[in-house]
Amino acid sequence: MSAKILSYVTFIYGFAFILYLSAWIFKKPLANRLGTGATALAVLGTLTGILFRWVESHQMGIGHAPLSNLYESLVFLSLCIAVISLFVEFKYKLSIIGVVASPLPFLAMAYASLPKVSSEIQPLIPALQSNWLIAHVMTCFVGYAAFAVAFGISILFFLKSSGGDKSSAAMSLVPDLDTLDELTHQMVMFGFLFLSIGIITGSVWANQAWGRYWGWDPKETWSLITWLVYATLLHARMMRGWMGKKIAVLSVIGFLAVIFTYFGVNLLPGLHSYQ
Amino acid sequence: MSKSSKSERMVDQIWNFFASVKLSVVILLSIAATSIVGTVVPQNENPGLYLNNYGEFLFSVFNALGVFDLYHSGWFRFLMCLLIINLVVCSINRLNATWRIIFPKTPQFQAGRFKNAGSRQEWTMDAPTDRLKNVYESYISGHFSVHRTDATENGFIVYAEKGRWTRLGVYAVHASVILMVIGGLIGSIWGFEGFANIPEGESAGKITLTNQDSEKDLGFLIRCNKFSIALYDSGMPKEYRSSLTILKKDQEMVTQDILVNTPLKVEGVSIFQSSYGKIPGKSFTVKFIENDSEIEYVKKASMGEEIPLPGNSGILVVEDFKASFSFRGVTLENIFLCRLSDASGETENIILPVDFPRFDKMRGGKFIISISDVEYKYYTGLQVSRDPGVPVVYAGFLLMILGCYVTFFMFHQQFCVELSRQGGQTRVTVSGISGKNKPGMLVKTRRFARRLKKTTERPE
Repeated sequence: MSAKILSYVTFIYGFAFILYLSAWIFKKPLANRLGTGATALAVLGTLTGILFRWVESHQMGIGHAPLSNLYESLVFLSLCIAVISLFVEFKYKLSIIGVVASPLPFLAMAYASLPKVSSEIQPLIPALQSNWLIAHVMTCFVGYAAFAVAFGISILFFLKSSGGDKSSAAMSLVPDLDTLDELTHQMVMFGFLFLSIGIITGSVWANQAWGRYWGWDPKETWSLITWLVYATLLHARMMRGWMGKKIAVLSVIGFLAVIFTYFGVNLLPGLHSYQ
Repeated sequence: MSKSSKSERMVDQIWNFFASVKLSVVILLSIAATSIVGTVVPQNENPGLYLNNYGEFLFSVFNALGVFDLYHSGWFRFLMCLLIINLVVCSINRLNATWRIIFPKTPQFQAGRFKNAGSRQEWTMDAPTDRLKNVYESYISGHFSVHRTDATENGFIVYAEKGRWTRLGVYAVHASVILMVIGGLIGSIWGFEGFANIPEGESAGKITLTNQDSEKDLGFLIRCNKFSIALYDSGMPKEYRSSLTILKKDQEMVTQDILVNTPLKVEGVSIFQSSYGKIPGKSFTVKFIENDSEIEYVKKASMGEEIPLPGNSGILVVEDFKASFSFRGVTLENIFLCRLSDASGETENIILPVDFPRFDKMRGGKFIISISDVEYKYYTGLQVSRDPGVPVVYAGFLLMILGCYVTFFMFHQQFCVELSRQGGQTRVTVSGISGKNKPGMLVKTRRFARRLKKTTERPE
């Protein structure tokens, strides 16, 4: 049941992206509103899917929050990205955000549907049987999602700053560079707080399960690298007054570090590799 | 130039070098870059494996640079030290400059600073200025701890502010990093980390320290009463459980089951379920079958014992057991490693897999040797550690979260409400400023203005 819902949700995310994109290209505000609606629907669908999956795991007698493997984390990540982008859309009256933010949950869900990503509900191995699992995974992925949206905004920044004059008709919907820059900064701060909490909860958990709060395991180290990249961004901006392009570049580098922390680490040996 | 001023200048230069945010950025990125190396090159493996993977030249270069134990290498620690010095110097420098701004004896309000505020909200009220001033003042004194009213040529200015202390948030973040480093240092000086493999029914009072060859006496004994594994229907592991008893001077102090996420704590030492393995019981049966006659000779034996071959044609010593063993690319289970000496004293190492009794025929010796009647039992692999730095590190964690929240999402807000007479009406101008977060300040100012308007809607 949950698998079915979540596979429909994948298409709704894709559909939302198409709506946002056509709203932008053909300047149709109605399509934009439909895109927002589709995203909201997809968010509800994802939430329902997650809840059903939770219930199903209990019916199988191996009940646990659906945050335990690659598939479940991708589903949760797409939910977080969609919620944050909707938040930005409403709070900052920024409908254009959908063009760059909505492909991300679609891609995450599409990746989750690949046959090599097992969508089976698996029981928790002993190492994961802890209440810290929920706190650790949730905070990390809220952080990742905020960085993903920051990345989307930085892409908008590059679009605006490079092709601003030529295709001014399409670009008129994109807010000015200062606003984009400020938004990137806001998203990075939000993500940074959650990444910090994510690393800290992971650290406390590691201390409880393995007797050490830091062990330079590849995932730990890469999360620290990501943290350092964003810490650099924040210092450069707040103390050195970096703005605009430089910040957007750092935000893109930071997101690449996030991607590597999430997926690349599976190529390296360690405790966090998803099986 | 006198000597003292020269050395003072040196100190100043060094101070300024460490007070630079450019340096912080360089250090942060250097730590990030070098950490990447440590995730690509496996850490703390045995040298043979490195030699195989990287060849002699790269091996010696990496070894000299400490790449194989990067996070404990001198220069990585040096980078950490630089970061801490940089952080402390920067913080002192900035605090020095901003302390008086953050904690002034009397807060200064300057109308000029609000002149160009982008957050300006204006409206006209159909009310006398003096009455409006009283209404607004009473609202503001209820919501702001710091406020002041100045009279102007044709009205009043009410200043109000809050959140001045939030300027300290960034120092909390920096202090949290220092706390974590101090906690780490405390742990590495007064703490220890090691492991012990204890077979069921046996006890151990010493652990082998991690990444060192030395052992440590715990001051108490850990006895493993029982180890058990539970599996899910799918065959995945569900639970690893060790029943442990802590003994001190033959007195049982505690008996407790530990699981992967449920360690046992005793006298500041934590004992964690880390791994497990299988070992053979003390005694087993060794069979010698003469290759030509198929005559069987059977003997009871135990590990390490010298077992004479039939007809005194040699000696067999069972030296070790491996639960899994790679033999010519094939992984074999339950292997005994043995040393076989013939009558002339020549020795060879042979392996005897319990599950394949005819395995030894391959060797082409006079006897086919096999081992059977092995009773296996588990040993539990325990991680044993003591880290007195943990509370300090955790304090750092809390401070980090609080500090980040305050730094990113709270800010020093200053408002200026200007009331000027316009006939019988009053022109109200509200503006707000903050050191940072301009869009946020606009939202706050709008909200503040809305609330002020509301106060006059209520009957007095």
